[in-house]
Amino acid sequence: MSIEMRHNGYDNLLDAIEDGEGYYLACPEGHGSLPPRRVCPECGSRDLTDEPLPDAGEVVAATTVSVPGPQFADDAPYVTAIVDFGPVRLTGVVRGTDDEPGPGFVVGVDVEETATEGERVVTFRPR
Amino acid sequence: MANVRIAGTGMTAFGEHAGRTGRDLFAEAGIDALEDAQLDPDDIEELYYGNFMGELAEHQGHQAPLFAEAVGIDAPATRFEAACASGGTAVRAAVQAVRNGEADAVLVGGTERMTDMGTAGATDGLSIAADDLYEIKAGMTFPGAYALMASAYLDAYDADADDLAHIAVKNHDNAVVNEKAHFQSAITVEDALEAPRVASPLGLYDACPISDGAAAVVLTSESFAADHDLDAPVTVTGTGQGTDNLALQDRESLYRTPAAETAAETAYAEAGITAEDVDCAEVHDCFTIAEVLATESLGFFEPGEGLTAAKDGKTTRDGSIPVNLSGGLKAKGHPVGATGVAQIAELTKLLAGTHARSDALDDPSVGIAHNAGGTVATATVHVLERTTEVDA
Ligand SMILES: [Zn+2]
Repeated sequence: MSIEMRHNGYDNLLDAIEDGEGYYLACPEGHGSLPPRRVCPECGSRDLTDEPLPDAGEVVAATTVSVPGPQFADDAPYVTAIVDFGPVRLTGVVRGTDDEPGPGFVVGVDVEETATEGERVVTFRPR
Repeated sequence: MANVRIAGTGMTAFGEHAGRTGRDLFAEAGIDALEDAQLDPDDIEELYYGNFMGELAEHQGHQAPLFAEAVGIDAPATRFEAACASGGTAVRAAVQAVRNGEADAVLVGGTERMTDMGTAGATDGLSIAADDLYEIKAGMTFPGAYALMASAYLDAYDADADDLAHIAVKNHDNAVVNEKAHFQSAITVEDALEAPRVASPLGLYDACPISDGAAAVVLTSESFAADHDLDAPVTVTGTGQGTDNLALQDRESLYRTPAAETAAETAYAEAGITAEDVDCAEVHDCFTIAEVLATESLGFFEPGEGLTAAKDGKTTRDGSIPVNLSGGLKAKGHPVGATGVAQIAELTKLLAGTHARSDALDDPSVGIAHNAGGTVATATVHVLERTTEVDA
């Protein structure tokens, strides 16, 4: 089940990543978070500013998904990973590797299309 | 503050009930619980009801009044939704209502109808427990999320993924005599290791099945139980709940579940117990790794040591702390909204000595129920104690 609608904040970030200008939200204490947010989830500060997303991140954990949901039916098997960019972490699909990457594997972030429905998806490729 | 007694329990069989409506499943469990308590629907002053995805599964929202009606109850009826912890949060609210004196007799229950959705439909339905934008749209499935937690755990402790298989074997073995269980068949470690992977490192036998089912329990105040001469030897002595970031990516650690630690601390403090006092536990093993994280959060084992507890015989029937004697979610099944309530029903019987696995316990007095939502962004913990018979 997918609902066609724009999600301000989230879709703006994906637009920016596509343009090579990814960002995150930072509070004065230096905590990172992802849009849309009005409050730093770490300290409660409402003084959030856009900061450039670091160019590369490291895989925290990865899994090869063999049983997908309907939106990824034709993408499976695919690798999902959580990647640490320092102030924030992102979840996405790893592409451009032969094997499931282990912790510490360095990737960059992009936005590509799913094979199943052509939906935008956050992707990671080796750096 | 009123003491909260468990006066009756009811459950449908967990498994495939093709074509059976949620209202019919819940009616069976609710009537079963009322009959066990020897109470009438008119005695019930509130219904607290857990359900996760009735809208997706059978196009039915606003289930609480409908399902109250199905049991014959005419009383305030409220639904609780906290993904797989929907039942646990309903139990907690019911306990608080009785304690506060707002109600003397409540029915707390839960239902989920899932199998008619098919595997892809149920996989999709379960996924909405995660962050739609930053997890689901990124391809994370429910098993995929637990696979990331498992992968991080194994990496952090340099541990062997094969040890997870012993948890599946234990829980299947426990369920063999549970006539309500979805699977009543034993498996071997080899079966588990050779099964197809769902999301590496987790395979088919690391995952709970997709089940239909309902469960209900009657909670009353101690005075109500005495006035009505009820056979209610088990008391809820502690309730706790914790919350964590919804998305895994936002958590400090992928292999700790602080929401469950918080819930356990609160519940243990209320009951005046420690982990050492616990005789048995029903924990939320939606995946084998989830049992590991649960038993560590509950303080049964140090972080990193829960993985081998089943393999080493610590959580098996003859172990120091038997876990999931019912078969757990893994083998008993996991009709999501019913699970947290079913844990209470199973523990009540274990403590009362009327459970099919009661022979595993020697005069038990304290049982723990641990129910988790999503990747444990919500956790509830309840402490149940067998107390002296009600003074008539
Ligand atoms: Zn902050």
